[in-house]
Amino acid sequence: MDVTAPLVEMRDISIAFGGIKAVDGASVDLHAGEVVGLLGHNGAGKSTLIKILSGAYRADSGEIRVSGEPVAITSPRDAKRHGIETIYQTLALADNVDAAANIFLGRELLTPWRTLDDATMESETRKVMGRLNPHFRRFKEPVKALSGGQRQSVAIARAIYFNARVLIMDEPTAALGPAETKQVAELILELKRQGIGIFLISHDLHDVFELADRVSVMKNGRVVGSAPVRDVTQDEVLGMIISGKCPAGATPGPGALAG
Amino acid sequence: MTETAPAPARSVQESPAQVRSLADRMREIEFDPRMIGMVVALSLIWIGFNWLSGGAFLTPRNLWNLLVQTASIAVMACGMVLVIVTRNIDLSVGAMLGFVGMVVGLVQVRLLPEFWGFEHPLTWIVSLVAAIGLGGLVGLFQGALIAFLAIPSFIVTLGGLLVWRGAAWWVTQGQTIAPMDGRFRPLGGGIEGAIGAPASWAIGLVICAIIIAGMAFARRRRARFGFSLRPLWAELAMAGLACGAVLGAVLIANAYLLPAGVARRLTEAQGLAWPPGGLAIGHGLAVPVLLALAVGVAMTFLTTRLRFGRYVFAIGGNPEAAQLSGVNTRKVLMLVYGLMGALVGVSACISTARLNAATNSAGQLDELYVIAAAVIGGTSLAGGVGTIAGAMLGALVMQSLQSGMVLIGVDTPLQNIVVGVVLVVAVWLDGLYRKRLG
Repeated sequence: MDVTAPLVEMRDISIAFGGIKAVDGASVDLHAGEVVGLLGHNGAGKSTLIKILSGAYRADSGEIRVSGEPVAITSPRDAKRHGIETIYQTLALADNVDAAANIFLGRELLTPWRTLDDATMESETRKVMGRLNPHFRRFKEPVKALSGGQRQSVAIARAIYFNARVLIMDEPTAALGPAETKQVAELILELKRQGIGIFLISHDLHDVFELADRVSVMKNGRVVGSAPVRDVTQDEVLGMIISGKCPAGATPGPGALAG
Repeated sequence: MTETAPAPARSVQESPAQVRSLADRMREIEFDPRMIGMVVALSLIWIGFNWLSGGAFLTPRNLWNLLVQTASIAVMACGMVLVIVTRNIDLSVGAMLGFVGMVVGLVQVRLLPEFWGFEHPLTWIVSLVAAIGLGGLVGLFQGALIAFLAIPSFIVTLGGLLVWRGAAWWVTQGQTIAPMDGRFRPLGGGIEGAIGAPASWAIGLVICAIIIAGMAFARRRRARFGFSLRPLWAELAMAGLACGAVLGAVLIANAYLLPAGVARRLTEAQGLAWPPGGLAIGHGLAVPVLLALAVGVAMTFLTTRLRFGRYVFAIGGNPEAAQLSGVNTRKVLMLVYGLMGALVGVSACISTARLNAATNSAGQLDELYVIAAAVIGGTSLAGGVGTIAGAMLGALVMQSLQSGMVLIGVDTPLQNIVVGVVLVVAVWLDGLYRKRLG
């Protein structure tokens, strides 16, 4: 693997829904062991951009490279094949089945007779959940019976169980209490140490400054600019989000305010 | 991801010293309280009608007929469970049954005899395969409209209800086709569709052996992974209950005796002398009932043990999540309708054979009985929840109500009123139960 090539690179990505350009010529990249915060208002295009990477949407134009190689991502299955896993803001869990069924959904373990290997899946679930949430014990219940934090653990377990290289976290702490938020923060740092690249989408500037190495700011579907967090202040980033003004410490993108 | 941090042992084993609620205990021994509720309701209905009819309901003859009458609806209810679990509906099954039944009649009474004459040994199986194939194709077609063109299933199958009922008439311009092939008729029950006492005992014992082996296998597997096991007494009680039910059914079927004239003819056909005091020859299990049971077992296997079934339930729980997980939701949905259609094909054979005629009005209102059976059996119209066994029991409850009311002489309009009220009340009670324990 080329060490200098980013783990993921999205170049000049555009997508339009019914004439409205949700994402317009956006470029972002992510290196191994790096956390990149994606910031912007509601409707700035950050979730849409990330859904293109996770395979939920298909870009109208642009290129996605994984470890320097151009790849075609046309479905969630493609993204997962390249080691790109996503934790959605809504968690995207099937509420009526248990934790194991959710973690292995679409990638079930099978017995030699092509039937579901529920015992092995439950055993693996116990292992991965034991790591994330040692007190978790409700393996047989549908996930709708679980608390917000437990549901979050299931969604995270699903993303990290299959040896993800790139993790996309869309508002991972939006529905959590302070203690659980801290847990997620610790997990992000732990995954980063393991060399996983993480896109962190958040409204919370404070969180992003604590966890991210770099930030990319979007406004009206375009990238205002990117900067390492040590080169910019929270106020400057706020300015980028609100007015699109790119400060001196940041590399301006196509969406930066002229002048 | 390589390291597995030492999970505390207690996360693997359930901590024993806890005050458990009744619901927890039930869950632990994996008794489904809703299923128990349905069995109790069914028992009450049976005992009630037996009392009202002066003992005419709980007779081998009536129970045997009851099961045969349930078979067609029960088979279709298995497919309807999957349809409803995916948050869809199929209103066309009754009309499809009529259409497929007419085509089956045409095939075995007009087309096949031109090739190989009447009463050819292969006619029945060709008819059955043709029915399943035609039903499956019709189902796949409707499923494709729903899954790929995103037309609401209510509309597609409402259209289907009119289209296939019309098509059923079109096949022969409304003419009834009769009689059916002699080897095809046993599919519908009747004296020729009863397999006799010795074969019934053999099948009953084989089923019991499978039940016990299956439970032992599952238990050993869980033990190997160190998961909690249900208490041995519960396991044994379950096995005893299941085997008891199977052998009880065989006993009842065998206690329903053939009419003396038929028994005599059969005996003499085998070259045996008819003894002066007569012989007591039991009917034994009926072919359509065995067919329905086989469908139920196969569908239960499909829903609980195969990836396809897992996807169906995940789609019902959260279609978006299933899609984001890489499940091809459209393909699964189309196949669900294909399966529904194939089961309609099976039911079309059962009801055509039972009637010994193909008529274009066959299956009228069946869609409503099938949906009612699935819903009474615990399938949630909100999607994601339902069992095959529940739906088959639901079909039995519906048929018990109808047969019982006929037996005690309730007028047809009043029968419909009672069935309608029971459906609404059953769904209301189920909703209450879900709110309390769900």
